[in-house]
Amino acid sequence: MSNNPQLNKGGELQHLLTTEGLPAPILLNILDTAESFVGVPERDIKKVPLLRGKSIFNLFFEPSTRTRTTFEIAAKRLSADVVNLNIASSSQSKGETLLDTVNNLSAMHADMFIVRHSQSGAAHLIARHVKPEIHVINAGDGRHAHPTQALLDMFTIRRYKRDFHNLCVAIVGDILHSRVARSQIHALTTLGVPEVRVISPKTLLPTKVDRLGVRVFHDMAKGLKDVDVLLMLRLQNERMLGARLPSAEEYFKYYGLTQEKLARAKHDAIVMHPGPMNRGIEIDSAVADGKQSVISQQVTFGIAVRMAAMTILAGN
Amino acid sequence: MKILIKNGRVIDPKSGMDAVSDVYIVAGKIVAIGAQPDRFQANHIIDAKGLVVCPGLVDISVRLREPGLEYKATLESEMRAAVAGGVTSLACPPDTDPPLDEPGLVEMLKHRAKSLNQAHVYPIGALTQGLQGDRLTEMAELFDAGCVAFGQSDKQLLDSRVLMRAMQYASTFNFSVWLRPEDAGISNSGVAHDGEVATRLGLPAIPVCAETVAISNIVLIARETGARVHLSKVSSAEGVAMVRAAKQQGLPVTCDVAVNYIHLSEMDVSFFDSNCHLVPPLRGISDRDALRVGLKDGTIDVVCSDHSPVDEDAKLLPFGESEAGAIGLELLLSLILKWATEMKIPLVVALAKITSESAKILGVEAGHLSLGVAADLCIFDPDQYWKVEAASLKSQGKNTPFLGMELQGKVKYTLANGILVYED
Repeated sequence: MSNNPQLNKGGELQHLLTTEGLPAPILLNILDTAESFVGVPERDIKKVPLLRGKSIFNLFFEPSTRTRTTFEIAAKRLSADVVNLNIASSSQSKGETLLDTVNNLSAMHADMFIVRHSQSGAAHLIARHVKPEIHVINAGDGRHAHPTQALLDMFTIRRYKRDFHNLCVAIVGDILHSRVARSQIHALTTLGVPEVRVISPKTLLPTKVDRLGVRVFHDMAKGLKDVDVLLMLRLQNERMLGARLPSAEEYFKYYGLTQEKLARAKHDAIVMHPGPMNRGIEIDSAVADGKQSVISQQVTFGIAVRMAAMTILAGN
Repeated sequence: MKILIKNGRVIDPKSGMDAVSDVYIVAGKIVAIGAQPDRFQANHIIDAKGLVVCPGLVDISVRLREPGLEYKATLESEMRAAVAGGVTSLACPPDTDPPLDEPGLVEMLKHRAKSLNQAHVYPIGALTQGLQGDRLTEMAELFDAGCVAFGQSDKQLLDSRVLMRAMQYASTFNFSVWLRPEDAGISNSGVAHDGEVATRLGLPAIPVCAETVAISNIVLIARETGARVHLSKVSSAEGVAMVRAAKQQGLPVTCDVAVNYIHLSEMDVSFFDSNCHLVPPLRGISDRDALRVGLKDGTIDVVCSDHSPVDEDAKLLPFGESEAGAIGLELLLSLILKWATEMKIPLVVALAKITSESAKILGVEAGHLSLGVAADLCIFDPDQYWKVEAASLKSQGKNTPFLGMELQGKVKYTLANGILVYED
């Protein structure tokens, strides 16, 4: 099990499960391919026939509207047939196991599974047990990984900053529980970003996070100094219940992004957020809607990046 | 029935014997080692040339899954696994369904085990009713029914007052209390060691202090109450150091390590291998190394398999949802030999950790080759390699991190009460 379960014998992408361990050329290929899809929605016919006749199953074991919808749109723009399954409300509650569900759907000649699950490693488990001709895209597993989100973030960064090799990027917020943060860290370090920072109180940082190649800050003012890109994370309300934080108000005061704190970063720094945002908790509305925010562009690019990932997987 | 085991390398850790010799068995008992007794005419001769003849292994933590959990394993399947692994005495934790908290259940289990006529079964009684952690069990009655010690298995006692009373009451009768040190509040819903791998994989983590805080509590209460305490499955370097300190203070504390932990670490979880989902979690490499040293220097008294058969479906789940545990009855010997080879420890010393020392922890007459004792023997080829494969494992559970690997040391014959109960 030590070899990378995402790559086939030829070293090509078989599944997209995590950004960890993927060589830079594979990541860049996804970004380059995505560039060619950015213009598609502006055409008269918003579709390309690349995945015509392919069946893509959206397997969402955890509720999601936004991510599921972007995958659905991406698949439809590639002319694939899309089936959406919200498993949380169907077979799992009848006692069917995860792999039973997957096997049943495989028997319906699926070509690709888009999987979201509340448990870390769920997409790896499915990838290990599907037939070799089926591809799996991880659309978020527990706290582990959310590679397409990280790739659309990389795409957005490249659009605005062009080169990764001279950037300072700060990820702010609940790193511990964030699959987005883990995938961003691996993608940024692989693409050659020289300084990746995480800024967070100690209760929201995983042990030995520095081993992932990041610099740790607990003080926003210091951590944001001279930063080119700010990646904000969503703070879940339940963090207050688990004794990790005293209150949303205190969090906002010390770790919420305001114009004042943003002024510490470079004047042309961009602000990103994977959504959905908690305005007034991790980010102030004035920043979220301000001129340095590229949050709505992220959503647009997200479709192109997912189209790229699907196209590349289907071709391997 | 008279049996002669000839030309074997006879190793008896208790006496320190390690020499090529012959073992003579009459009516289920060892009657001579070395010189042939008068009028001995063997009905059966086992040629043990090139093999090691040692006491039947004593495994102090084996889940037989009876009563109540027969879909995971049965007494029949696990007894076959035991003797195939050379294990002739075993202690089973109380975490069955219902738990072993009533004398009737214990008697039935002992009776069922005895009728199978293979390994000897020594139940560990529940310390609290239903393992719920609030009311004490009838320990004295349970002892009379056959329990050799009392514990909570992996169910934690949340209330320190109950823990203290339980230890006080047990010490009234000089019963040993077995506890796996873990502060349930700290470990919470964690499934992996709080280290690099859990950080990378995004797995809810259990810090080392979940173990050390609990050891500290237990040791302090043991000192206060005078109870005999056995700490099960110590997993961390700091934990080993605390046990060492407690022993240096002369406290009646013993401890064990489960065999997987002296070979594996968090790194083996790799890409979410649910066979490496164990409780406590596999910890860092430095922890593993400290366990190996602690076992060598005697801080850790014995090694158990912590055999836990889990059905396949319960492992084919995302790591955090998969059921914890690994089988080990059939791997215990090979994995001890592996440790002994790597640490350059003589066989006679290494085998004590799974024979004479384990019997001492249980307080039972087993694990040595004295004249007149029941002929429980394990005869193995120390040089033969074998492959760990689902099809060849006798246990109903096939869940082990070593699946597919080659291990050294193969059991060839097992005798229990002088009866050949396993032959390879």
